[in-house]
Amino acid sequence: MGRLDDKGKKVLLAHGSGGRLAHQLIKSFVKKFANLTLAKLDDSAVLKFKDKLAFTTDSYVVDPIYFPGGDIGKLAVNGTVNDLAMVGARPLYLTASAIIEEGFPLIELERIVDSMDRAARAAGVEIVAGDTKVVEKGGADKIFINTSGIGLIDSGIDISSKNARIGDKIILSGTIGDHGIAILGARERFDFRTRVKSDSQPLNGLVCEILKASKKIHTLRDPTRGGLATALNEIAEQSGVGIEIEEEKIPVKEEVKGACEMLGFDPLYIANEGKLVAFVPEMDCPKILNVMRNNRYGRDAQTIGRVVAKHKGRVVVRTNVGGERVLDMLTAEQLPRIC
Amino acid sequence: MCLAIPARILRIEGNLALVDMAGVKREADIRMVSNARVGEYILIHAGFAIEKIAKKDAEETLRLFREIV
Amino acid sequence: MKLVDEFRDRSIAQKIIRKIREFNFTKVNLMEVCGTHTMVIFKNGLKGMLPENVNLLSGPGCPVCVTSQEDIDKAIDLAKNRNVIIATFGDMVRVPGTDSSLEEEKGNGADVRVIYSPNEALKIAKENFAKSVIFLAVGFETTSPLIAASLLDARKEKIENFYVFSSHKLIPPAMKALLDSKEVKIDGFICPGHVSVIIGGNAYRFIAEKYNAPCVITGFEPLDVLQSIYMLLKQIEEDRAEVEIEYFRAVHPQGNRIAQELISEVFELCDVRWRGLGTIPKSGYKLKEGFSDFDAEKEFRPKIKKSKENPDCACGEVLRGVKRPPQCKLFRKICSPEKPYGPCMVSSEGTCAAYYRYGGGN
Repeated sequence: MGRLDDKGKKVLLAHGSGGRLAHQLIKSFVKKFANLTLAKLDDSAVLKFKDKLAFTTDSYVVDPIYFPGGDIGKLAVNGTVNDLAMVGARPLYLTASAIIEEGFPLIELERIVDSMDRAARAAGVEIVAGDTKVVEKGGADKIFINTSGIGLIDSGIDISSKNARIGDKIILSGTIGDHGIAILGARERFDFRTRVKSDSQPLNGLVCEILKASKKIHTLRDPTRGGLATALNEIAEQSGVGIEIEEEKIPVKEEVKGACEMLGFDPLYIANEGKLVAFVPEMDCPKILNVMRNNRYGRDAQTIGRVVAKHKGRVVVRTNVGGERVLDMLTAEQLPRIC
Repeated sequence: MCLAIPARILRIEGNLALVDMAGVKREADIRMVSNARVGEYILIHAGFAIEKIAKKDAEETLRLFREIV
Repeated sequence: MKLVDEFRDRSIAQKIIRKIREFNFTKVNLMEVCGTHTMVIFKNGLKGMLPENVNLLSGPGCPVCVTSQEDIDKAIDLAKNRNVIIATFGDMVRVPGTDSSLEEEKGNGADVRVIYSPNEALKIAKENFAKSVIFLAVGFETTSPLIAASLLDARKEKIENFYVFSSHKLIPPAMKALLDSKEVKIDGFICPGHVSVIIGGNAYRFIAEKYNAPCVITGFEPLDVLQSIYMLLKQIEEDRAEVEIEYFRAVHPQGNRIAQELISEVFELCDVRWRGLGTIPKSGYKLKEGFSDFDAEKEFRPKIKKSKENPDCACGEVLRGVKRPPQCKLFRKICSPEKPYGPCMVSSEGTCAAYYRYGGGN
């Protein structure tokens, strides 16, 4: 047995039981992810290290599982890679666990696994451990994936949400709102068509280049659920500083603006999967902005604001038209509204 | 009250129109707007067109803003 | 974005503000009636840009906010029926009733679905003929013709499991009630843009003429609002009280005739109870006799115990422009968008939500 995709065949409860079918399925994953560590098939992946180690985990339950620009597999890999990169770590190894609903077509499973493999290669990480469970029909919604990741932090690097300092400039790596709108567009119930694609992409290469340009990066964050607004608020709170941003500097694709206007959403609160904000000393800002714009994942980078001493813990926006308002964290889920 | 946005008509089929709102395509019921034509802008509220927006009126409005100086 | 971006130009905004600052009044109260205008003002930080002598008051322009507690409780009771699917606009779901909410009932197994258009409710009815679909028709005159159109479609397509819980309200009677109460001095009205698309500029003439209150019908971009404020101040300075249409790219003096005809085919005027304003005569719509078979209240007879509002919730006073949200005992201390005590904090166009989210403004 080599390939997963016996056309028309589906994942069975037996695939998760630990018996022969399970072994076959796992062997085919191993063949896909193809690395020496995984090939050992031990209970744990043994890894040697001597420096600071970053370790993270995330579960992915996105609906729908395929969307313009990606799928749940790609999301699962890039999401964890990015979480590691955000503390200045070089992502090295990932685990991948899946909970699969009985009846899920094997050909789709293979498609997702292929996607994870491609994403892992693009990010330069290896998937070295995993687990597969199958639940009865109705026990899960098609497929849920968890990835955990480990990365190494070079000495001298101390990047944290607590480290933002007064005077820092804030750089955003690109357009916001793409992922959330792509997902909404792919959900039929909203009944609109859009060309917007998810921005799911690995940011570790970009972070690496930023760190080469300056060792004095204070904070990095990828604004996922809750959007840029929530991420900035968390940093303001954790660092005990105020943040000011300029609405007109924030890059938003026309189509995302249009979809948001139509649905009554605010791009500042919509999830992103391939963007970061960097808090950097003012002096280093031009250099870092340049480095980012020269990287394919940072072409639309912009300086969007700065860290200030007033209104500690709060984020204030200078609006397009010249006024000022507070930018709060996302509270309830945004529902479409008209009145 | 009432989120309503300007959208451009791409296609008309009876009482329904396919509209473009800054690249986002949607369907809208146009029974409330008489002689809507492809290429014109309409105001959409909750899936229905409630009025046509004459481009020249929009331009005139902008001109009035600027004139206020 | 065509037809939107140009209306947010900063340098033009600055010029309009400069002209506004040239007026020499002591203090002027302008009321924006429409919840969407409240949001535009807050989201763009317009209050902070205006001079001290121009005071903006928020009015009763959020349809969910002005829905009476009885109606909220009735909607919640309707949701409890296991043979019913509730179709509603998003804002209604989290509004707290006397002892529950649609969201809570959803958690208990009620079928509550958020929709964007009444068309969707009709679609749900067609796809679920074993159940009854009740559409919670909460809105002002912008929404009424849409509901009317859906009911006419339902009649034409012989859809028998579609019902409407009518909670429509009209804006001009509410403006009149505010002026009659004389509770707050209102020197001019920033009139709703999209309600006016339907009802037309002429619908406000009695406000201008009988009450000597300038009215400017306003669009929803920040420049629209600033321009309208300038136009109102100019009227006040020149001692005029007229209805002017700033939003003339969409609003006409006679409104949208087709929409008005749709409304009158299906609905008739009735007296309605408003949160904060009491019962206002001829301020709502109910289904005409010929459409009574679509009436959810007639069909399902929702039962409510004593409807009670939280006595410390100042929603009513906020809606009349008498109090600002920070003056409410509960504001921010225990009332927040996550844990709302009244609709003004829940609704995406509620005044309390605007103050909470975007800061107190002036």
